Amino acid sequence: MKTFSVSKAVTAVMLAGLVLLPLYSYLSGNIFILTLFTRIVILALAAASLNLIMGFGGMMSFGHAAYLGIGGYAVGMLAQEGVGSGFIQFPVALAASAIYALVIGALSLRTRGVYFIMITLAFAQMAYYVASGLARYGGDDGLTVYKRSDFSGLINLSNRTQFYYLCLACLFGVIFLIWRIVNSRFGLVVQGLRSNEQRMQAIGFPAKRYQLVCFVISGTMCGLAGALLANNTDFVSPAVMYWTRSGDLMVMVILGGMGTLFGPVMGAVVYLLLEEFLSQITEYWALIMGPLLLLIVLFGRGGIMGLLGRLNRG
Amino acid sequence: MLLVVEQFLNGLQFGLLLFLLAAGLTLVFGIMDLVNLAHGSLYMMGAYFAATFAAWTGSFLLGALLALSATLVLGIVLEMSALRHLYGRDHLDHVLATFGLILFFNEAVRLIWGPAGLALPLPAWLTVPVPILPGIHYPAYRLAIIIVALLVALLLYLGVMRTRIGMLIRAGASNREMIGALGINIKLLYTLVFGLGAALAGLAGLMQAPILTVQIGMGENILILAFVIIVIGGIGSIRGAFLAAIFVGMIDTLGRAFLPNLLRQVLSGAAASTAAPALSSMLIYLLMAIVLVVRPEGLFPANRR
Repeated sequence: MKTFSVSKAVTAVMLAGLVLLPLYSYLSGNIFILTLFTRIVILALAAASLNLIMGFGGMMSFGHAAYLGIGGYAVGMLAQEGVGSGFIQFPVALAASAIYALVIGALSLRTRGVYFIMITLAFAQMAYYVASGLARYGGDDGLTVYKRSDFSGLINLSNRTQFYYLCLACLFGVIFLIWRIVNSRFGLVVQGLRSNEQRMQAIGFPAKRYQLVCFVISGTMCGLAGALLANNTDFVSPAVMYWTRSGDLMVMVILGGMGTLFGPVMGAVVYLLLEEFLSQITEYWALIMGPLLLLIVLFGRGGIMGLLGRLNRG
Repeated sequence: MLLVVEQFLNGLQFGLLLFLLAAGLTLVFGIMDLVNLAHGSLYMMGAYFAATFAAWTGSFLLGALLALSATLVLGIVLEMSALRHLYGRDHLDHVLATFGLILFFNEAVRLIWGPAGLALPLPAWLTVPVPILPGIHYPAYRLAIIIVALLVALLLYLGVMRTRIGMLIRAGASNREMIGALGINIKLLYTLVFGLGAALAGLAGLMQAPILTVQIGMGENILILAFVIIVIGGIGSIRGAFLAAIFVGMIDTLGRAFLPNLLRQVLSGAAASTAAPALSSMLIYLLMAIVLVVRPEGLFPANRR
C-alpha cells in the first residue's frame, strides 16, 4: 500500500468537501450553492454509473441520459396518477430502467465499437421522441412534479439538507457497489472482456451475458439518479434525455478519468462548476466550453485522475 | 391515390437528402476512420450560409452556390485545424472532440445570427406545381431536390468508382499505410475527402432550408437519422447508405402520413391519436433494431480489411 498519493489526497479533500457542504451553506447563508451541489451530486451518480460500463466494461454508451428520463418519468407519472409514496416510485423507477437497459442492451450488444456508440445514441433518441409524444404527461413541455416522493416520515425530500444527504448517500452507496463489483469475479470477467473479448470467450466465458448484466446494473443505477433528479427539479421533460445530456455524462467521465472509482465524481464537479462559472461570465459559455473539450481530448490523457497520478510520479 | 403518390415522392426526396448527409459521414468514417458528430453542424452551416448569401445577392441559386463553396472551405479549415489531429485516436476521443465542436458551432451561430430562426424564400419559378402524371401535380422545388440529389449520387458513384481520385480514395480506405508508402499525399487526400463530405452535408442543409426553418440544432436530429442509416446500410458503404437512406426516408414519411389512419381502424379514435405520433417516430428505430437482430453488420457491409 502506498503511503501517500496526490490523487488520493485530492479525492479525500473533495469527498470531505461534499460531506461538509451543507454546513458551509448554513453558516454562509448561501442556499444556492446547496441547490447547485445537489444537482452535481445527482449527475455525479449518473456519471459513476456510466463509468461502470464505459470505464470498466469498455462499452461506450452514448445513450445514458435515457435512464435519467425513465427514472424521472417513473416518479413524475406515478405522482400525476396519485401514487406519491417513494417506496413505490423509486422501485418502479429502478425496475423500468432495468427493463429498458435489458432490451436495449440485448440489441446493442450484438454490435461493437462505433456501431455500439451510434445505436445506444439512436435508442436514447427514440426514448426522447416517445416522451415527447406522451400528450397525457405534458409531451414536449414536460411534466411538473407537484409533490416530491413521500417516504412517510423516514426522510423529508422537501428539506434541502436532508435531500442533499440522501443524494450523497446514494452516490456513496453506488460507488461502494461499483467498487465491490469491479473487484468481484464478475467484475474481473467484465474487465477482461474489455481487454480481449476473444480470449475471454476462448476460455469459456459467455461474453455477451456478462456484458449485458453489467449494462443492466449500470442502467438501473442511472435510473436512481433520474428519480432523484426529478425530485430535485420538481419537473421532468424529454430534454433530460436529449442526446447532448448523454454527451455531458460522457464528458464528465472522461474529464475525471475513465475507469477510476472517483474520477466521474471529480469530473462531474469540475464540469458542472466550470459550466456554472462560464455561464456567469458570458451568455455564450458553450463557445468556450466546446473548444475546451477539444483540447481536453487532444492533450488530457486519462483525465484529472491521470493528471494527478502523473503529478505523483513526477 | 394522389396522396399516396405525393407522400411516396416526399419519402423519396427526404431519403435522398438523408443520403447526401449519410454519404459524407460514411465516407469520412470509411476512409479516415473518424466518427464526426459535427457533420450535422456542417449541415446547419450550409443552411445558414445559404439563407445569408441568398439575402445578400438576392438570388437563390447564387446564394446556394456561394453557400456550397463556403461549407467546403469551412470543412477544409475544420479538418486542417482540429480534426486532423484526431486520426488514429480512439473513437471515443472523436465523439467527445466533435461533441465539443457541436457546442461551439451552435453557440457561434447563436452569437452571429441570433437565437431566432431564418427563412430562405424560394424564387417564384421553383414554387409552381409541376404536373408529373396526368392530373397529379407536385411542387417544383421538391422535384428539383430529387433531381439534384440523384445527380449528385450518380456523380459520387462515378467519381469514386471511375476516376483516379476515386481509386485513391478506395485504396486509402482499404490500406492507408500502403497508399502512403506508394507516394500518395495521404494528408491532402484526407483533407479533400473531408471537404467533399462537408460540401455534401452543406448541400443537404441548403436544399432542406426552404422547406424547414433554418434554426440552431437543426443538424442534430437529422444527424441521428444519418447514423441510423449508416448502421442499417453498413458503415463505410456508400451503396448501403444510398439504399438505407431511401428506405428510411420512405418509412419515416409514409409512417407519419398513413400510420394514424391505419391505427384508427384498429384502435379507438382517442387511443390512436395518442399512440400514432409516438409510434411513427419510433418506426425507424424499430426497423434498425430488426436489422441489428438479423444482420448486426448492416445490410451491405463494406469489404472487411
